[in-house]
Amino acid sequence: MSNTPSPEARARYWRKNLCWLGGLLAIWFLVSYGCGILFVDELDKVKLPGTGIKLGFWFAQQGSIYVFVVLIAVYVLVMNRLDRELLGQNDD
Amino acid sequence: MDVKTWTFILVGLSFALYIGIAVWSRAKTTGEFYVAGKGVPSVANGMATAADWMSAASFISMAGLISFMGRDGAVYLLGWTGGYVLLALLLAPYLRRFGKFTVPDFIGDRYYSKTARVVAVVCAIFVSFTYVAGQMRGVGLVFSRFLEVDVHYGVLIGMAIVFTYAVAGGMKGITYTQVAQYCVLIFAYLVPAIFISIMLTNNPVPQLGLGAEYVQDGVKQGVSLLDKLDGLSTDLGFKVYTEGQKAPIDVFFIAAALMVGTAGLPHVIVRFYTVKKVRDARISAFWALFFIAILYTTAPAVGVFARTNLLQTIPGASYKEAPGWFKTWEDAGLISWVDKNGDGIIEYNGTGPALGKKEGDSKFKPYYVADAKSGEGRGNSGERLLSNAPTDATNELEIDRDIMVLANPEIARLPNWVIALVAAGGLAAALSTAAGLLLVISTSVAHDLVKRTFNPNLSEKRELLFARIAAGGAVLIAGYFGINPPDYVAAVVAFAFGLAASSFFPAIILGIFWKRANIYGVVTGMLIGISFTAAYILYFKFPALMAKIGIVSPPNVSENWLFGISPEGIGTLGMVLNFVVAICISFATKPPPEEIRNLVDRVRFPRKAFEDSED
Repeated sequence: MSNTPSPEARARYWRKNLCWLGGLLAIWFLVSYGCGILFVDELDKVKLPGTGIKLGFWFAQQGSIYVFVVLIAVYVLVMNRLDRELLGQNDD
Repeated sequence: MDVKTWTFILVGLSFALYIGIAVWSRAKTTGEFYVAGKGVPSVANGMATAADWMSAASFISMAGLISFMGRDGAVYLLGWTGGYVLLALLLAPYLRRFGKFTVPDFIGDRYYSKTARVVAVVCAIFVSFTYVAGQMRGVGLVFSRFLEVDVHYGVLIGMAIVFTYAVAGGMKGITYTQVAQYCVLIFAYLVPAIFISIMLTNNPVPQLGLGAEYVQDGVKQGVSLLDKLDGLSTDLGFKVYTEGQKAPIDVFFIAAALMVGTAGLPHVIVRFYTVKKVRDARISAFWALFFIAILYTTAPAVGVFARTNLLQTIPGASYKEAPGWFKTWEDAGLISWVDKNGDGIIEYNGTGPALGKKEGDSKFKPYYVADAKSGEGRGNSGERLLSNAPTDATNELEIDRDIMVLANPEIARLPNWVIALVAAGGLAAALSTAAGLLLVISTSVAHDLVKRTFNPNLSEKRELLFARIAAGGAVLIAGYFGINPPDYVAAVVAFAFGLAASSFFPAIILGIFWKRANIYGVVTGMLIGISFTAAYILYFKFPALMAKIGIVSPPNVSENWLFGISPEGIGTLGMVLNFVVAICISFATKPPPEEIRNLVDRVRFPRKAFEDSED
């Protein structure tokens, strides 16, 4: 292979990977443990607009799961882009 | 047609489909047997992973648990789906790049140690067996209730089916069967939920029905469904449905233990080996969670619907005029009613348990005076009499939480074919998970133990034979536990999650994200994490066992727990301990050799980032 990435490019790839992981996991923590468990009683004081569900209850039993699906979708897109950046046209 | 005929038809058709697929796609090489020859499309793999992941517990028990726990039931929803996010982000892509068959393979190679591999194999086998036993109970439950087959035969039939396609088809057969099973189970879960959602809220989407206005006989009642349920609950003396009962710290730790424990479950990790490229592994992880989320966001709605219908139908009804399902489930031993005041009316309220548990039982278990079919041992109204002592509470009813999903269509008076469909769906969920687990057990034995540990020169043909024998043996043992379930299934499951959380997870995470992690740190961490967790669970959950070695366990209540953390959540603390110990000891001892650092690089970067890449 002629265009194997340099060690610097690899280090950059890994750093970006860790940043994205950190960010996504922060959101993961915030919606599940934050909204769904720790601050659930505060959020329960309001209702999800247009419905009869208390907001904290909604995060605990519905909302977190939707956010999880979005998190993985973002992760897939980001990682595929990072792979392309690292490998150029060599990707597949 | 009656429910039984419908059930025979639908279950029979689905079984024929599974076997047909298994025969069509049976495995010819060890590669196909372990990882389906790595040639499964992402969407199909996502569906198969979802079916693998969603066990009998998800399908049959979860919504029922939630309907009795109210808001705290979120620990299961958050724990199981949140754990999936951890798996997809932190483990799956890297383990896929590592490119070998199993988690013990990774642990053994990364920590350059046979001991570490054997410890990992033993953990994987233990966790898998605990889980399989639970699936077999689910199979038995469906058979005994819907087909009126004895539980023993139910389990035997289930074993025979799983054996056929797991042993013949291997991973390839299992994967395509699981795709079919996913379709069956999600259809079976959604149809009754949609029906009931329309009945209670006029909204065909259960997820939206959960937040909609309550409707009775087509007329809007001016109150939201959840407020209605909160009102019904408080009127009967139950806790408010949408409020939490457990301490937040305990909910936090239980959810975390379930998340991390799930992420470490070996049978799901192995699924990511069945696609061709790392990118496909990521995409199929997305599809899997998408397919899982369909069921997991429906479950809380099902819990609310079932609870509302139950509280509106049963309390205050006379036993003689009670709906048919009430008596059928009573005959199946999952509903117990004791007419304390002799008025023939079913009192159901939140004053406490209706019946006492017998000495030696860790939770309430009904003991009937006579067999249901004998016609003897019946009370004045025709109810089955029990030998459990009645309590002082005015509550007269005990309902097994496992029946809520299965009985839900009957409680809502849905057509017979819907009831039969739920039975077929429950079986699909149980069988798909059982098959995946059996494959892990057989791989662990044939590949990790026999080939990698004892006899590296084993030919592929012999290894395949060993794998099939191991799968067969595993089916038999699992069936035994299905017929004679250990008295404390729930306690054992808590055990499995706690142990997976406190052992595997830190070892894999450190192995990928920290090159400095070495054998001494990780093995000590695993041993300390696992022994701490095991000791805590044994101390509180198995008092009879403790008494034998002269230790008196205090009651399993929050006042006695460490920091208010229940045994279900203690795996989280075990995991933290494991991390701390592993990091400290790794720093204090010599770093891992150069080739291990290279191996970690191989796991971190796409294969084409290296000069000698070939794929």
